[in-house]
Amino acid sequence: MTAIASTNGHPAVDLSTTELLRFATAGSVDDGKSTLIGRLLHDAKSILADQLAHVKETSERRGDGELNLALLTDGLRAEREQGITIDVAYRSFQTDKRRFIIADCPGHEQYTRNMVTGASTADLALVLVDARNGLVRQSRRHAAISALLRTPHLVVAINKMDLVDYDQSVYDAIVEDFRSWSVGLEFAEATFIPISALKGDNVVERSERMPWYSGPPLLDHLETVEIAGDRNLEDWRFPVQWVVRPQNDDAHHDYRGYAGQIAAGLLRAGEEVVVLPSGRTTKLAGIDTMDGPLEEAFPPQSVTLLLEDDLDISRGDLIARAGEANPPTVARELEAVVCWMADAPLKAGGRYALKHTTRSVRAIVEAVDWHLDVETLARIDNEDGLALNEIGHVKLRLSGPLAFDTYARNRETGSFILIDEATNDTVGAGLIATPEG
Amino acid sequence: MSHELSHLDALEAEAIHIMREVAAELERPVLLFSGGKDSIVLLRLAEKAFRPARFPFPVMHVDTGHNFPEVIEFRDRLVEQVGERLIVASVQESIDKGRAVEETGPRASRNRLQTVTLLDAIAEHQFDAAFGGARRDEERARAKERIFSFRDDFGQWDPKAQRPELWQLYNGRVRKGEHVRVFPISNWTELDVWQYIERERLELPTIYFAHERPVFARDGMLYAASDFVQLQDGEEVFTETVRYRTVGDMTCTGAVASTAATLETVVAEIAATDITERGQTRADDRVTEAAMEDRKREGYF
Ligand SMILES: Nc1nc2c(ncn2[C@@H]2O[C@H](COP(=O)(O)OP(=O)(O)O)[C@@H](O)[C@H]2O)c(=O)[nH]1
Repeated sequence: MTAIASTNGHPAVDLSTTELLRFATAGSVDDGKSTLIGRLLHDAKSILADQLAHVKETSERRGDGELNLALLTDGLRAEREQGITIDVAYRSFQTDKRRFIIADCPGHEQYTRNMVTGASTADLALVLVDARNGLVRQSRRHAAISALLRTPHLVVAINKMDLVDYDQSVYDAIVEDFRSWSVGLEFAEATFIPISALKGDNVVERSERMPWYSGPPLLDHLETVEIAGDRNLEDWRFPVQWVVRPQNDDAHHDYRGYAGQIAAGLLRAGEEVVVLPSGRTTKLAGIDTMDGPLEEAFPPQSVTLLLEDDLDISRGDLIARAGEANPPTVARELEAVVCWMADAPLKAGGRYALKHTTRSVRAIVEAVDWHLDVETLARIDNEDGLALNEIGHVKLRLSGPLAFDTYARNRETGSFILIDEATNDTVGAGLIATPEG
Repeated sequence: MSHELSHLDALEAEAIHIMREVAAELERPVLLFSGGKDSIVLLRLAEKAFRPARFPFPVMHVDTGHNFPEVIEFRDRLVEQVGERLIVASVQESIDKGRAVEETGPRASRNRLQTVTLLDAIAEHQFDAAFGGARRDEERARAKERIFSFRDDFGQWDPKAQRPELWQLYNGRVRKGEHVRVFPISNWTELDVWQYIERERLELPTIYFAHERPVFARDGMLYAASDFVQLQDGEEVFTETVRYRTVGDMTCTGAVASTAATLETVVAEIAATDITERGQTRADDRVTEAAMEDRKREGYF
């Protein structure tokens, strides 16, 4: 069944089958990020009349002019009072082509931590550059972090083109600068778009003031960039999250299902699977959901797997396909690039709880080898540990075996968080790397 | 066949994942149920996450005593239908015990008192996680809130000390007395919720559909005439065909003049509306610019 609806002036379309795209934005303070998001929401007609009235009223009260679109993204009181953004904010909007979730990452305080957080779930990173200033530290940092976190798509929006007379040579120079700087960074794809968030050029509508630019406006690109191919359907990765056993129900007395969210693979019943870390094998007997069995399932679906044999399987086990060309590694130590998010530094000898997929173990830091210059991704030798907002390479020893992939191979089974067991805070984000030896 | 999920399927899969994480990692979760559309969606998502087994947690309603009778009737029927355990925490009891003090005057509401009852019930039952149906599109302070929202032992939310949420790796660790509020439909919009209700053919309380009701106008909104509200000078009761867009107390939830009497027509109206849900129906958020933020900090839903 479908909902045919006309949303906020959009033509009538079937909105129940549109795809979801998550993107993260960042830029230095005053690059125009809030204005751009406000412009997108406004021009995509996702701002409703009462919100708009509120922004108009506030704009006038503050003497900001008629309509300060940046106010649309104001969140907390402290932010309004200080005119800053404190934390990652998540906002939704919808066009007739796609449903979007923006992770809006503030660029100054806690920049690395916020950008890493926003990038971790994003399909696309939107880096904002002020045309007058060109690439600055913050824009390079955001692009570098997006590359490190393997956000599949990158858009560099060169903003405030109105302030440089919509001059193509300014745009060309920034594109050239970015290209030569980013040699060696791994992006699936980078797209450059000249815009004016304030005037609306190339945001939703194609700009007539930049006829030299032949690409699509920003929203067009966001609506059409191919994302379905970003998922890994080749390896099978299913972290067991919860065992479904309806014990006191006669009809389901023998039911035993393994519930979880598919991290990778196009799962089909009948194939041989291996349960890790134990290494025992069985067959996938069926894929179950409340709405009935599925022939096949793929990420990010949440399903329940039924297995042919009654193995001893619990939360934290990983189900993979038997005999894969790229099987998960099962080990009690690993090497990783960690982004550190706590005030107290990460040091050799430190002990933390480590949560990887649905499994938690304890980890001891054996060594810190180097950290990254987040602007260039150059390695800097470092055995002193990682300070807040530093990203570096560590060796960890684990209290029990984990079944994992490298982050490059699989974002879900290649990532973990570190938790300080004294404070219960999340203090680190880890990307599993190929051992350097 | 194409291996693409629609956004509703992707949002559903995320919510199911979140619910199972909580069930697995916390000892005593509870699902907060108001009888409104968002919590009806939560209940369906819990079925998707745990069937054919029972929910590994009870369902709890914070009953202000000023709810719409249609909603209470619906609540009891739905919880019985799904066969789960219902706990009712009563604001009236909190008032009777002197834990909370009734507001007075024409604008008196029990909205704020719910926080006391909720925190008391969480302490009494030693819940360490409470699922709520809040969405980030509802209000500006919500856009900054995590899916796993940590609360200290006073139930307070500190927006500046939130745990970063990376990938799908949630950290729900709490000490005794602390808890997490968990919002599985954080990333849903009002329209997503309505589309999901339509797709899943979920039953809703009748007040969501156009019906005739005695109402009065105040601050540009229509409120239900009831024993719980005093009329002010110049306010008059008249009958209007209305529906509700949110479900809260009779005292502070505004009705929308509408003749949409079926799910299809309601969804079409929502899709075409140019006013937000809260702007159109909630008096509680109009008081100050930061009304929601303040209530959240104190431990509100
Ligand atoms: N001329 C011009 N000004 C802009 C543009 N985009 C943003 N601004 C202005 O730049 C300033 C900073 O914008 P804001 O969106 O608050 O930046 P943020 O700190 O990145 O969120 C504001 O005064 C905006 O009006 C643009 O495209 N052209």
